[in-house]
Amino acid sequence: MGGRIARCFSEAKSENRAVLGMFVSAGDPEAGLSEQILDVLVSNGADFIELGMPFSDPMADGPAIQASSLRAIKAGMTLEKTLDIATRFRKNHPDTPLILMGYFNPIYIYGTDRFLDAAANAGVDGLIIVDLPPEEDDELCTPARQAGLDFIRLVTPTTLGDRLEVVLNNAGGFVYYVAIAGITGTKSAETDSIKQAMTRINGATDLPCVTGFGIRTAEQAHQAAQVSDGVVVGSALVQLIEDAAETNPLNHDRLLSDMGSFCAGLAAAMKR
Amino acid sequence: MVEQSRNSFKHLPDENGRFGIHGGRFVAETLMPLILDVEKHYHAARTDKQFQDELAYLHKHYVGRPSALYFAERLTEYFGGAKLYLKRDELNHTGAHKINNVLGQALLAKKMGKTKIIAETGAGQHGVATATACALFNMECEVFMGAEDVRRQKPNVDRMRLLGAKVHAVTSGTSTLKDAMNEALRYWVANPETHFYIIGTVAGPHPYPEMVRDFQSVIGHEAKEQLMEAEGRLPDALIACIGGGSNAMGLFYPFLDDKTVDIYGVEAAGHGIDTGMHAASLTGGTPGVLHGNRTYLLQTDEGQIKDAHSISAGLDYPGIGPEHAWLHDSGRVNYVSATDEEALKMFQLCSRLEGIIPALEPSHALAFASKMLPEMSSDKIVILNMCGRGDKDLEAVLPKLEERGLLSLDKGEA
Repeated sequence: MGGRIARCFSEAKSENRAVLGMFVSAGDPEAGLSEQILDVLVSNGADFIELGMPFSDPMADGPAIQASSLRAIKAGMTLEKTLDIATRFRKNHPDTPLILMGYFNPIYIYGTDRFLDAAANAGVDGLIIVDLPPEEDDELCTPARQAGLDFIRLVTPTTLGDRLEVVLNNAGGFVYYVAIAGITGTKSAETDSIKQAMTRINGATDLPCVTGFGIRTAEQAHQAAQVSDGVVVGSALVQLIEDAAETNPLNHDRLLSDMGSFCAGLAAAMKR
Repeated sequence: MVEQSRNSFKHLPDENGRFGIHGGRFVAETLMPLILDVEKHYHAARTDKQFQDELAYLHKHYVGRPSALYFAERLTEYFGGAKLYLKRDELNHTGAHKINNVLGQALLAKKMGKTKIIAETGAGQHGVATATACALFNMECEVFMGAEDVRRQKPNVDRMRLLGAKVHAVTSGTSTLKDAMNEALRYWVANPETHFYIIGTVAGPHPYPEMVRDFQSVIGHEAKEQLMEAEGRLPDALIACIGGGSNAMGLFYPFLDDKTVDIYGVEAAGHGIDTGMHAASLTGGTPGVLHGNRTYLLQTDEGQIKDAHSISAGLDYPGIGPEHAWLHDSGRVNYVSATDEEALKMFQLCSRLEGIIPALEPSHALAFASKMLPEMSSDKIVILNMCGRGDKDLEAVLPKLEERGLLSLDKGEA
């Protein structure tokens, strides 16, 4: 329980580097390709996977991830199939942490208990549910903790004041610092502001802390890696799928190789 | 201010913003400190006499309140049953009930020191009201409107521009009201320190459903007093149309504990409930979580939000305010529906019989009235909320009336 996440961060620490988390939407651009995409990311240095559960109205996401969600839904992705992808991922990669990320409604409709059972059985380590702040912990956070899943909290530039304590209460796995006030894949934060936030967060919790939102290049990733325990890249990776999906027919091998080399470049940038 | 009795229908939301299982605060963490701040300031404003006096002054002198409660004699005669009174909120400045709420929220934004305003709009009435308040208060105004609605509600887009607002045509998702709300929330997430989000209906995260209801309740309070003056008693029934449900909540709320008053909310049935092409979240939806609250939603078995369909852009939303969801569950309010076709007929009928061109939204309420009133005896009294005027709809409605031969009915037989 939570073992994989803790091991992942302590291993990276002993190698004097930050961990790299990669985000993709399950079933984007098609369900059959997700398993291979995740394999390519792990073999090119992704330390953990954040697997998006597609939702029609992702209100905290920018254009790239919105489009990714809609492509996946259009291609027939469901929560059930997302959990199947998670199950296969766990068989292929017994040690790599897997986080499911998304919005509450599809889980609520699937049934909260049924979802938590299935996610735990699939070998999922943690959940990031964007529209469940601490005020709504009874909905999913509390039962998720009871089911042995970490509920990963988002800390944002607007939560760094008195609210930090509220947000860190019940937090598990790691803390996800949203480096910008904004949606995914838009503007980018200055390293200094990330550094100040990390000092504040590290003073309030023993959990490791990763930085995400607006990190698009190996250079930005390298800078964020110097001041945080990990870095998450999503929109820039998903953009590769969008570009590939525009060519017809979709060239699978080329997409996988582009994603692999992009990921490898980011992994190399995790060194301190 | 809030009646605490357990038998009251007026004691919600609770401290977590819940109306039964509905409501709540399902928003991204970035927005949490903001909505907690709005809640704190709103609860202070509720009991602040100066705030309430300022708002009452604006309602009276700027909006033109109280709006008339008008006995619609010719419609009453035509329907042949209960007496029909129209609460004339279409006579408000800017032509709809939306301004009641907007002035309240703009005043609150001013007290909070915010000078920039965000709003979403469907039919454009809330956008126009917000642009108007921003002109009055010298605030910057950004309105998010689905690209589809920008096209079908052009007169309102022009009004907003003239008033100095920036109109963002939203092309994400399905380019309608739900996407405009997504975009407005995204914009707020990106500009949390400087901007205040004026939500136009009784939906969204707590405290918006409560706050918008309170600001709109002026409609019901006036109607109660006016009918008492005209008839010396309570009405037997209330009727209002429902998209998100702000005009309805405003009329209904002061009457919720008057057990003898039957209450009807009319949703948009679009092409018909059984076609699946409608906007009737209560009649045809299931509970889910969207835009900060739990409520009835039009959604797939997978929890993906479906498109709503209605001829009226103002009702074209796949959700409904959480208090309506609770009033539905508790059985206090009856929720019914009317189709595009039925609304179109009433648009024309009300224009001809009363010289009042109703918006397409209250035309849905009239459609239900046309079925219910003939079943009631002539000593019964019904109040219907005429929540907006139809000028904005002419471009959409006239070709449809012509197609149906309804515009050639000018022989005076009606």
